[in-house]
Amino acid sequence: MARKQNEKIVSLEEFQEKIDRDEKIEPKDSMPEAYRKTLIRQIGQHAHSEVVGMLPEGNWITRAPTLRRKLSLLAKVQDEAGHGLYLYCAAETLGKSRMEMTQELLSGKAKYSSIFNYPTPTWADIGAIGWLVDGAAIMNQIPLCRCSYGPYARAMIRICKEESFHQRQGYEIMLTLAKGTKAQKEMAQRALNRWWWPSVMMFGPNDADSPNTENSVKWKIKRYTNDELRQKFVDAIVPQAEKIGLTVPDKDLKWDKKRNNGKGGYAYGEINWDEFWRVVRGDGPMNKERISAKQKAWNEGSWVRAAAHAHALKKQTALQAAE
Amino acid sequence: MKINTADMVFEGLLRIADDNLILGHRTSEWCGHAPTLEEDLALPNIALDLIGHAQTLYCLACEVNSRYKNEDQLAFLRLEHEYKNLLLVEQENGDFGNTVLRLFYFSTFMKYFWEKVKIKCCFTKLKEFSEKAFLETSYHSKYASQWVITLGDGTDESNLKMSNAIANLEPFLGELFNNDDFTEMCSQNDFLPEPTSIFDSWKDEVKAILQKGNLDFPDIILKKRGGRKGEHSEAFGYLLSDLQYMQRAYPNSSW
Repeated sequence: MARKQNEKIVSLEEFQEKIDRDEKIEPKDSMPEAYRKTLIRQIGQHAHSEVVGMLPEGNWITRAPTLRRKLSLLAKVQDEAGHGLYLYCAAETLGKSRMEMTQELLSGKAKYSSIFNYPTPTWADIGAIGWLVDGAAIMNQIPLCRCSYGPYARAMIRICKEESFHQRQGYEIMLTLAKGTKAQKEMAQRALNRWWWPSVMMFGPNDADSPNTENSVKWKIKRYTNDELRQKFVDAIVPQAEKIGLTVPDKDLKWDKKRNNGKGGYAYGEINWDEFWRVVRGDGPMNKERISAKQKAWNEGSWVRAAAHAHALKKQTALQAAE
Repeated sequence: MKINTADMVFEGLLRIADDNLILGHRTSEWCGHAPTLEEDLALPNIALDLIGHAQTLYCLACEVNSRYKNEDQLAFLRLEHEYKNLLLVEQENGDFGNTVLRLFYFSTFMKYFWEKVKIKCCFTKLKEFSEKAFLETSYHSKYASQWVITLGDGTDESNLKMSNAIANLEPFLGELFNNDDFTEMCSQNDFLPEPTSIFDSWKDEVKAILQKGNLDFPDIILKKRGGRKGEHSEAFGYLLSDLQYMQRAYPNSSW
């Protein structure tokens, strides 16, 4: 027993040394259970977010204002399905099947990004999601391209390229609206008002309240803390909003030369953590609708999946008989 | 029937563009609601191709008709009776089986249609476009045919659902192959193939695929029609109110 414990400690140390040498961990490498679990949870949540994220944007495909916008939105939502697929595959390399992860999403056990529990009542919300939500996602995800787990890091390289395209697309929608008629500009401002705070919350709780951060940083799954990333996001977005004549809905927003180790950055107002936790716990504006939509699609598609399974078995049997 | 060449080209392009736009619209409704994540990727991808075809065709139509300044005016700002799509493509999706069966019928038709345009078409730009359109519709037909076989052959339940889909879509198939004065003129002028000229190839292929899925080939008799004349089903009005919402609510705006 004692010997076994010793071995485990040694292997943990070796594991950490490998991480410290910036070597990638690959699926068949030995890894601490906590590392595996953290990654399964994180990659699974990320995959679910891509899949649930198709809903708020997808509902504007049929109403997009021009053919060009419709085609871009279709391509974007399709990219998200693709991201979901890569990420489920990356998580599967850690030993959890897509079916299990899907069941956890549908039962409400698994989380996805709370941002998708907000509604998209207007076309401008599509611009705001691209600009702010994809913008925040990129801040989070670019460091993940250097994540210690190989399959996740490699998936993130492609995902980040596509996300940065989505962000430019979203900003361009907002720019066009901001330059447009009075009604269009108002639509853009209202969407910014709706999405600003939920986007700022996307980075998760303050560092002091983020229990998973320490290990994740040590294992190079995470390279920056929640608050560091949030600051980067605010600093990037505020000048972009000013450039197109929209107002960030935060009366406490001001330049603070002490931020970012004296390089300067924006100080921002108090985040409404009650709202954040309320939405995480399932009481956001659209939590029930999003999960019901996924459950409905899953239930209505069960006969299709059963038929595909039966057909594949028949084909296999016929092949074996022919051999 | 006597109309000038520009009008003939305009009307001909509009018919194909409207078919593609409206089926693209219906297909895009699946986004996020498909039975598997793979299908959530495939269906928007096909919708993207269909709407992309419509966009190109509307642009070509604007080149021959100065009344319309751009493709969006054609796609979003006509009245219901000015859309010339087939009734088949505007019907509600129904279940996944009904959706893939309709896609199979339509894309197989369009595959042979574009194949003929590739060989002979007096309108050079359309002839050039047909190369790409042929490849893409061939892929759509292949994709949908695999699902028709899978669902037909899969389980008793899926076979029954596919038989119901065949019965459901049957009344709309006659219109796909209906020649009228206009299609005859297009064919005489080497512009577009006559729908009936596609029937045999279509029938052979569709019959073979349905057979592989243990499904019966439907009767093709002209039953429901009107789309080509702008006479649409009730479902079409709801589709247009979605499609046109932004352009109608915020007129004369740039997007």
